[in-house]
Amino acid sequence: MMTLEKLQELKEKSRLVLEERLKEEDNTEVKDGNFILKGDYYRKQTRIALRNCEIIRPESIDEYIALDGYTSLGRILTEMKPEDVINTMVESNLRGRGGAGFPAGRKWAEAFKYDSDKKYVICNADEGDPGAFMDRSILEGDPHSVLEGMAIAGYAIGADQGFIYVRAEYPLAVKRLKQAIEQAKEYGLLGNNILGTGFNFDIELRLGAGAFVCGEGTALMESIEGKRGMPRTKIYRTAQKGLWQKPTVINNVETLANVPVIFQRGTEWFRGIGTEKSPGTKVFALVGKVKNAGLVEVPMGMPLREIVFDIGGGVADDKAIKAVQTGGPSGGCIPADLLDTPVDFESLAKIGSIMGSGGMVVMDETDCMVDIARFFLDFTVEESCGKCVPCREGTKRMLELLEKITSGEGTEEDIARMESLADTISSASLCGLGQTAANPVTSTLHYFREEYEAHVNEKKCPAGACQALLEFYITDKCIGCTKCARNCPTSCIDGKLKERHVIDTDRCIKCGNCASVCPVGAVIKR
Amino acid sequence: MEFKFNLEENKEKIQEFRDFIKENRDKQGVLMPVLQEAQVKFGYLPNEILEIVSKDLNIPLSEIYGVATFYSQFTFIPKGENNISVCLGTACYVKGAEKVLAEIENVLGIKCGGTTPDLKFSITPTRCIGACGLAPVININDDTHGKLKPEDIKAIIEKYR
Repeated sequence: MMTLEKLQELKEKSRLVLEERLKEEDNTEVKDGNFILKGDYYRKQTRIALRNCEIIRPESIDEYIALDGYTSLGRILTEMKPEDVINTMVESNLRGRGGAGFPAGRKWAEAFKYDSDKKYVICNADEGDPGAFMDRSILEGDPHSVLEGMAIAGYAIGADQGFIYVRAEYPLAVKRLKQAIEQAKEYGLLGNNILGTGFNFDIELRLGAGAFVCGEGTALMESIEGKRGMPRTKIYRTAQKGLWQKPTVINNVETLANVPVIFQRGTEWFRGIGTEKSPGTKVFALVGKVKNAGLVEVPMGMPLREIVFDIGGGVADDKAIKAVQTGGPSGGCIPADLLDTPVDFESLAKIGSIMGSGGMVVMDETDCMVDIARFFLDFTVEESCGKCVPCREGTKRMLELLEKITSGEGTEEDIARMESLADTISSASLCGLGQTAANPVTSTLHYFREEYEAHVNEKKCPAGACQALLEFYITDKCIGCTKCARNCPTSCIDGKLKERHVIDTDRCIKCGNCASVCPVGAVIKR
Repeated sequence: MEFKFNLEENKEKIQEFRDFIKENRDKQGVLMPVLQEAQVKFGYLPNEILEIVSKDLNIPLSEIYGVATFYSQFTFIPKGENNISVCLGTACYVKGAEKVLAEIENVLGIKCGGTTPDLKFSITPTRCIGACGLAPVININDDTHGKLKPEDIKAIIEKYR
């Protein structure tokens, strides 16, 4: 059986093996006794949740143990009372990384308070925001840190059963988790009588089935219970009546991955990173029109500009940056002139977006904000569970209005109507999905109103993205090679060899063939 | 499209499936894992199988349908031999996923969500698969194809014919 001493021995032994391997592979360096990945991209980051990703082999529990894995759990089980664990968590002020930023310690304290024959810990790994893959990377790159975090939560609140609800779209994450759970059980770090302390904790995997709304805590619980994943009316907090009406703590993957480190290095160290109200780091999936797309973990409060330009390397193809979208379908578009906003829960909320789970999509001058709003609404309409009428019907009507505008048939009244709909949807929906569904529209309307007005008044799309509002035009750069005319499916291009060609816009179906075949770039959209 | 589920041909698989139910029926909230198992085994959720689930788990068929229709991963028509999932996440969208999808529909002659009559291919729209660095991305079975342009599609699909 595994004991604390044996764990310590194993750690020392594995550390030597790991050091050897890392030395050979030569893609890491040592900073303050910790391994970090080489290269500027990583040097500018502060990696806590991602501390082991790409450094240890995720299939190996020994390598996780080598870097102090499961030592926090061991110490807690032998030296700390559940109350002390909770106090440490409260003191650290670790806030939920799933998006809402609710302090994890307070959740734990609440669940601890209630007496019950059964309590549960759930890890929310239903990462659904399009353009976000933070949790996926942690689950695939360092699954044990999540398991350890869950076991600590279980000990703190008095639960012996945990569930990980993971998206079925992440097959590798599922595989790694299964493997990790098995290894941990084999080592006696999960299961019955962990480390000989008498504490039991088991973890079961449950797979989602492609419903975005199941990322919402109560909908997720409904889904684990085998029902339609629709949010509950929140008469009770889930810490009091959650899964099968028992006290339940539900934390996001990234939150749980932070837990073991806080106990290793102390709350003071943790609070020294980030801002006063939002201590620690946040992982972002920096994607879209950015040069170095990828995961970045930075201290809270870092200005957006620094993330996009210093770490992300700026906009791809050297185009001008237009906006950064944060928070997925519940978030908003932050315009370029607000790029100096520090990224933390409060600052982002103040400018009409949200932190969300960490998706960060960079958009350039060729992205139409009305079209982006339409894209997100399209997503929400599809994913609305249908329980509340304002969300189910309202988002649909809003999408129709957006489609009307992007196809050039919108009017001024449509904009006003959308604003009033947005108001109703956000105040009358039950869950977070509905309450925030209108955010993409309200934030783009707020910052890019002139773009909406150009669509309805001048029937133009300034970004050149809305096909219906475009006109293809051949400039005097044309060398008269006839290639466009030959490739036009409706034969609407006229012109003689070696003379400038002309498009008959009445017959043009705007397929864009001419522009893509033109050897000199003479065909433009306007 | 009409499909007939062949009970005789699937006899063995059905037995295995019923054994799976038997093993797990006492677990709480077992309906979802059972439906997921059915979909893996049979490729979709045939009526006949749902009736078995209803009987073995003692859950009304109406309730099972309620659950199965709620989640987008469950399907009531068979998937093709090669399933092409097209990622329609934000990062892929801003990088032209829609044009890639249109080209796939064009090459296969079916709409998104459909299956070709020879059961060779099906197209499934997918939520973000988290490979945003490779946008736009499609998955064919377990292979990921990234940084796609519409003109790449034909050659890629050809490989699976």
